[in-house]
Amino acid sequence: MRPPPLLDVHGLTMRFGGLSAISDLSFSAGQGEITAVIGPNGAGKTTLFNCITGFYRPQVGRLVLHHPDGSALGLETLADHVIARKARVARTFQNIRLFPRMSVLENLIVAQHRVLMAASAFSLAGLLGLGRYRRAEHAAIDLARHWLDRTSLTSFADTEAGSLPYGHQRRLEIARAMCTRPLLLCLDEPAAGLNPRESGELNQLLRGIRDEEGIGLLLIEHDMSVVMGISDRVVVLDHGNLIAEGSPAEVRGNPAVIRAYLGEPDEPAVVTGAEG
Amino acid sequence: MEDSSPPLIRSAALAALLAALLALPLLGVRLVDSANGLSLSGRPELVAWAAGGVFCGRLIIDLFRRWIRDFSIRLPVPPPPPEWTRFGVGWALALFALVLPFLPFADRNLVDKATMVLIYIMLGWGLNIVVGLAGLLDLGFVAFYAVGAYSYALLSMTFGLSFWVCLPLAGLFAAAFGLALGFPVLRLRGDYLAIVTLGFGEIIRIVLQNWQDLTGGPIGISGIERPSLFGLSFKAVPPEGQTGFAEFFGLNYSADHRVIFLYFLILALALATNLFTLRIRRLPVGRAWEALREDEIACRSLGINPTTIKLSAFALGAMFAGFAGSFFATRQGFISPESFTFIESAMILAIVVLGGMGSQIGIVLAALLLVGLPEWFRDLQMYRMLAFGAAMVLIMLWKPSGLLSSRSPTIRLGGRA
Repeated sequence: MRPPPLLDVHGLTMRFGGLSAISDLSFSAGQGEITAVIGPNGAGKTTLFNCITGFYRPQVGRLVLHHPDGSALGLETLADHVIARKARVARTFQNIRLFPRMSVLENLIVAQHRVLMAASAFSLAGLLGLGRYRRAEHAAIDLARHWLDRTSLTSFADTEAGSLPYGHQRRLEIARAMCTRPLLLCLDEPAAGLNPRESGELNQLLRGIRDEEGIGLLLIEHDMSVVMGISDRVVVLDHGNLIAEGSPAEVRGNPAVIRAYLGEPDEPAVVTGAEG
Repeated sequence: MEDSSPPLIRSAALAALLAALLALPLLGVRLVDSANGLSLSGRPELVAWAAGGVFCGRLIIDLFRRWIRDFSIRLPVPPPPPEWTRFGVGWALALFALVLPFLPFADRNLVDKATMVLIYIMLGWGLNIVVGLAGLLDLGFVAFYAVGAYSYALLSMTFGLSFWVCLPLAGLFAAAFGLALGFPVLRLRGDYLAIVTLGFGEIIRIVLQNWQDLTGGPIGISGIERPSLFGLSFKAVPPEGQTGFAEFFGLNYSADHRVIFLYFLILALALATNLFTLRIRRLPVGRAWEALREDEIACRSLGINPTTIKLSAFALGAMFAGFAGSFFATRQGFISPESFTFIESAMILAIVVLGGMGSQIGIVLAALLLVGLPEWFRDLQMYRMLAFGAAMVLIMLWKPSGLLSSRSPTIRLGGRA
C-alpha cells in the first residue's frame, strides 16, 4: 500500500572527527509523497540533507535514488552538481541562498542552466544568435513564468532577488529549485520565519507540487502545523539515530518522540531491580 | 546647530593631536651634520603646520558632511536614470571614438594617448569578465597580456607570421595560460585566490626575464613587425612586393597614417571585446558567471559545474588580454619584461573596481580617469602619483561601489531582454 520508493537510505553514517552526526540511519521516502524529517536541534537533519545532495560524502551507507524509468543511482559517490543534474535532486537552504543581485527572473533562468547550455551548444549558438537557442530561452521563460505564477511572484519578476521580503525569498527559492525539474525536492526548514498566513500558503504550495508534479518532497521542519498538516510520512531523528517513522498520527503518539522533544523525566519511570 | 558644535571642534582637535604625535618623529626632528658630528635639531613649526592643517581639514570635512546630510534630507532621492540614457551614452562615446582622429584638435599626440587609453579599456573589459562578472579576484592579469605580447613577437620573429595570423594565436596561447592558472586555483576564493594569481603574474614576468635564449631576458625583443592593412604597408619605403598604404590611396606618405591605423585597430579590438561581453552576459555561461559570483553553493545545488564555469571565465578573460598584448607588441615594436610588472595588474584592477565591477561604461570612465588624465598632466610629474592616490580615495569615499554600479537584468519578463 506504500508507494514505490523514490529515495532509499541504507545504513547511512556520517562522522565529523569523533562526532557521529548520523549513525546507521535507514529509511525510505516514497514517490509522490511528502516525507518530513523532524527532530530536536543537532539531531542530524541538515547533515542528512547535505549527504543526499552531495555536499557531504558519508563514510558508510548507501543512498539510492530510483528514477521512474526504473534506473537507480547511488548518490553517495556523486558530486553535488552531478546529483542535481543527473539524479535530479533539488534543494533549498536553511539560510536562504538566492543570487541576491540578480533579478527574480534571472534566478529562475540560471536554474535552467543545464537545458539552456545544451540548447546553445555551450553558448556558441547563442553567441551567433541562432534560432535554436532563442526557442530554448522562450521555453525557459515560460517555465519560469509558470513557477512565478504558482508562487505569486510574477509582479516581482524584474526586481532584485535580494530586495524581496523574507517570505517572498523563501518562495522564490522553492520556485528556483522547481525550475530544475527535479524528481526529489529537499526543503530545509521552508516555513522558518514565516507568519501563520504565509505558512498556510506554503502548505498549499507544497501539496500542489506533490499532487500536480507527482514528485517526492523531503522536508526538514520545526513548525508542527506544517509537518502534521501536509506530510504523508514523518521520520524522527535524535542524536543521529532514527527513533520513529510512520504517519503523522503514529509519530505524534510515540513515547520515544515525546521523550526526545520534552526530555527525560527526572525520576526513572522503570525501576530496575538488578542493582548492586 | 549650536549644541552640536563642541563635538565638531573636539573631533578636529583629536585629529590634530594625532597628527601632531605622528608628525613629531617624522617631521619634528632632523639630523644635522655640524662641525662636532651629527646632532638633532627641532622643527616645531612643521609639526604645528601639520597639526593646524589636519585641524582645519577635519573641520572642513565634518562641516561638508553635515552640509551634505542636511542637503540630502531636503532633496528627494533622484530616480535612477532610465536605461536608454546609459545606452545612449555608450553609443555617443563609440561615435566620438570613431571620429576622434579626424577632429580638428586631434594631433598625433592625442591619438597616441587615446590608443593607450583604449588598450587599458580593452584590458579592463577583459578583466571585467573575470573579476566583475565571475567574481574571481585576479591580481596577475598582466601575465596574460605579457603572454599575448611575447606570443606575437616570437611567432613573428621566428616564423615570419603576419600580425593577423598571430592575433588569434596569441589569444589562444593566453587562453591556454588562463586555463593553466585556473586549474590549481579552482578551490580558492577571495584573498587566497588574489595571492595565487599575484604569484602567477610574477612567475610569468620572472620567466620572461630569465629565459634569455627565448625571450632575450631583460633586454627584451625589438624590431617587432608592424601590422599591415590587407597587405598595405605603413612604412615609408614598403618592402619588396608590398604596396604602401599612402601610395595605394594616392595620398602623400605620412607617419600619422600608421598612428591612426593603430588607433582604429585597438578601437575595433576593444569594441569586439565589449560586444562579446554584452552578448555573453545574456547567455547561459554569462549568467552562470554572475550566479557563481553571487553564491557558489547555490550554483552547485542547481547542477552548475563550477569548474567549467570558472575555467571559461579565466580563459576568456585571458584571451582578450592576449589580443591586447599582441596589439601592444605591434604598436611599440619593442617589448621587455619591464612593461608587465605588478603595477600594471593593479592599474587594470583599479580600473575595473573604480568603474563599478561589471559596468562596461564605468570601465571606460575609470580608464579615462586613471590612464588618460595622468597622461595629459605629465607636466605635474612630481605630484602625479599623489593625485592618483587621492583620486582613488575620493572615488571610494564618494562612490564606494564604483562610478557606475547599478546593474540591469539580462532578461525581462515579456519585455526586451
